[in-house]
Amino acid sequence: MSTVKIELRKDQIEKIHEFCDEFNNEHGELINVLHKTQQAFGYLPAEVQEVIADKMRLPVAKVYGVVTFYSFFTMIPKGEFPVSICTGTACYVRGAENVLSEFKKQLDIEVGETSADGRFSLSCLRCVGACGLAPVVLVGEKTYGRVAPDDVKEIIEEYRS
Amino acid sequence: MDHIKLLIDGKTVEVPKGTTVYKAAKEVGIDIPVLCYMDLHDLNIENKPGGCRICSVEIEGRRNLAPSCSTNVSEGMVVKTNSMRVINARRTVMELILSDHPKECLTCAKSGNCDLQDMAIKLGIRDIPGQEYAEMSTYRLDTSPSIIREMDKCIMCRRCETMCNDFQTVGALNAVNRGFNAVVAPAFEMNLEHSPCTYCGQCVAVCPTGALTEVDHTANVIQALSDPNKTVVVQTAPAVRAALGEEFGMEPGTRVTGKMVSALKNLGFDYVFDTDFAADLTIMEEGTELLDRLSRHLDGDKDVQLPILTSCCPGWVNFFEYHFPEMKDIPSTARSPQQMFGSIAKTYFAEKIGVKREEMVVVSIMPCLAKKYECQRDEFSVDGNPDVDFSISTRELAHLIKQANLDLSTMTDSEFDSPLGESSGAAVIFGATGGVIEAATRTAYELQTGKTLESVDFKQLRGLEGIRSATVDFDGLEIKIGIAHGLGNARKLLEEIKAGRSEFHAIEIMACPGGCIGGGGQPLHHGNSDILKARTRAIYEEDEAKTLRKSHENPYIIKLYEEFLDQPMSEKAHKLLHTHYFERKRKVFEV
Repeated sequence: MSTVKIELRKDQIEKIHEFCDEFNNEHGELINVLHKTQQAFGYLPAEVQEVIADKMRLPVAKVYGVVTFYSFFTMIPKGEFPVSICTGTACYVRGAENVLSEFKKQLDIEVGETSADGRFSLSCLRCVGACGLAPVVLVGEKTYGRVAPDDVKEIIEEYRS
Repeated sequence: MDHIKLLIDGKTVEVPKGTTVYKAAKEVGIDIPVLCYMDLHDLNIENKPGGCRICSVEIEGRRNLAPSCSTNVSEGMVVKTNSMRVINARRTVMELILSDHPKECLTCAKSGNCDLQDMAIKLGIRDIPGQEYAEMSTYRLDTSPSIIREMDKCIMCRRCETMCNDFQTVGALNAVNRGFNAVVAPAFEMNLEHSPCTYCGQCVAVCPTGALTEVDHTANVIQALSDPNKTVVVQTAPAVRAALGEEFGMEPGTRVTGKMVSALKNLGFDYVFDTDFAADLTIMEEGTELLDRLSRHLDGDKDVQLPILTSCCPGWVNFFEYHFPEMKDIPSTARSPQQMFGSIAKTYFAEKIGVKREEMVVVSIMPCLAKKYECQRDEFSVDGNPDVDFSISTRELAHLIKQANLDLSTMTDSEFDSPLGESSGAAVIFGATGGVIEAATRTAYELQTGKTLESVDFKQLRGLEGIRSATVDFDGLEIKIGIAHGLGNARKLLEEIKAGRSEFHAIEIMACPGGCIGGGGQPLHHGNSDILKARTRAIYEEDEAKTLRKSHENPYIIKLYEEFLDQPMSEKAHKLLHTHYFERKRKVFEV
């Protein structure tokens, strides 16, 4: 779990309550509530899960159980520049694995983590529909095609400056 | 109701629609092996996640084997429960489970009492193929004041989750993570100590492996017994005598009070006393408090809150401190019998025998794991010296007796020592749901009306239903009594009170199914609720066999007030026998 303590503002708590109410606080809608909340906050820190649990009258352990079961949900905030590497079949066979290793090395983080300065986070995704450009890397909204391990340093530098 | 006819292992069986294959097979005497499945039908508790797949059977026309615990019957179904295909699959499933399970059975706390071990024996597993290549999942050890979580041994049956969430509504445990990393854990994988856990121990009571066990204090007890400078005093809770025999092969429901006393004397305890004495004392204090609150309420005092709730059960105390802190003024302030005993032993009795507080060790034998936490609470110690030093469970006592090479079944009966060993039948029934309020009624009735009860048996207060209610006529004054066992049932009554809809004057609450007889520290019932019924029967038999049936007639209780406490709820009684409650709920990171 993340160990960064955050303090939710009143309006943020109200926003979470709204999401819960939107789904009538029904226990079966927990996943939808979590989806909405993650969309709004970017991630699901412990404090947010507690607010959801209290509002929906669910044990926090249950909410945490769902958050940790689905890889889509994350408790770690994304970096300012989220880096995603496609590891779909086409990208994979064209060397995405080596590109990924280079990003890990350059940023000194693992997949699912965020760099200490909060600028970069690393994740994998499956196919962005640009297989002709394999292997593909996304930084935020920008797409890079035919990426080789040697290009990685340059890509990162673009955002560091 | 619609009935369905099917064939299981060549036997025709007709069962109602919606029955599972597992239960249908039981109807014709076929006991399909199960591991994760658990059915405590008398308490409406069923765990059937269909996760372990040990109960797989072959169903004609289906490509895959089906888990019988969670597959419903259908018309004309043909089931095979012991074909070679089923037997092979079952063995493979078992081998896979064992491949990720520590092989430390020789020293495991559950050894000899483990469902997983039993299944390995039943299926004749002699080898675990592929072990040499396979990694094992590991998880850190979590120790709390009462319960140890050793998740390396968890097989994800999720029985604990069912007890914690569905039955107790405590919500401390849930399945988290997935695949190899999946475990049952508190929110954010914090330690149990920082979760809503009440230490009721029902998770431990149903855990099929050594993943959840009690914190073992037998070594501390042995150390105290070996110390010539210590006077070691033991107290035994009422429910222990109705279950201890099971650990020595006796029929459930066998009363072993006298044998247990002999065993304890044999073990070298200096004084073998009875928590029942303190239960009688509890009735004096709690009963007086009830009558006081009742009379002030009837006089129109708006500051007096009713109903009064019992406070003997430490799991229940932990529950309302966490989940209903705004109602912490409603329960009686009377300490539990365990703590009343400790308090009196280290004051009144220590003075009597001329032993200093620090030279006395008080050990309690409890059917309960929450008692371990209770005796460690700061408010129950004087200058760092606890009123009760060690609380051990019925199971731990059985281990002690076995270690000493004593056979409980062949022991002769002995009597408890005097004066803290004397008790009434009212104290014995504390061990079963409804018992505390029945004991309180016996005394409160006579104190309030000045009349003698014709019959002390209030059978309307007994039973196994989760929530019960009864009205007792106090000579024209109708007293409405509520009873709940299981914290989920308690929650329902609390919600009623909170909403201002409760009409009860007094409510008894016990955290465990059936009351203390079904406590988290009792011999394991392995999902057989008939055992709980047999223990309940034993408790009421013990009560009937007593000459004294009412707490206020216990001559040693009368003497204790004369010599030491003055009267119930006196200043001294308040200091030694009452307590107050705290809000326990914390937000994450505050821990």
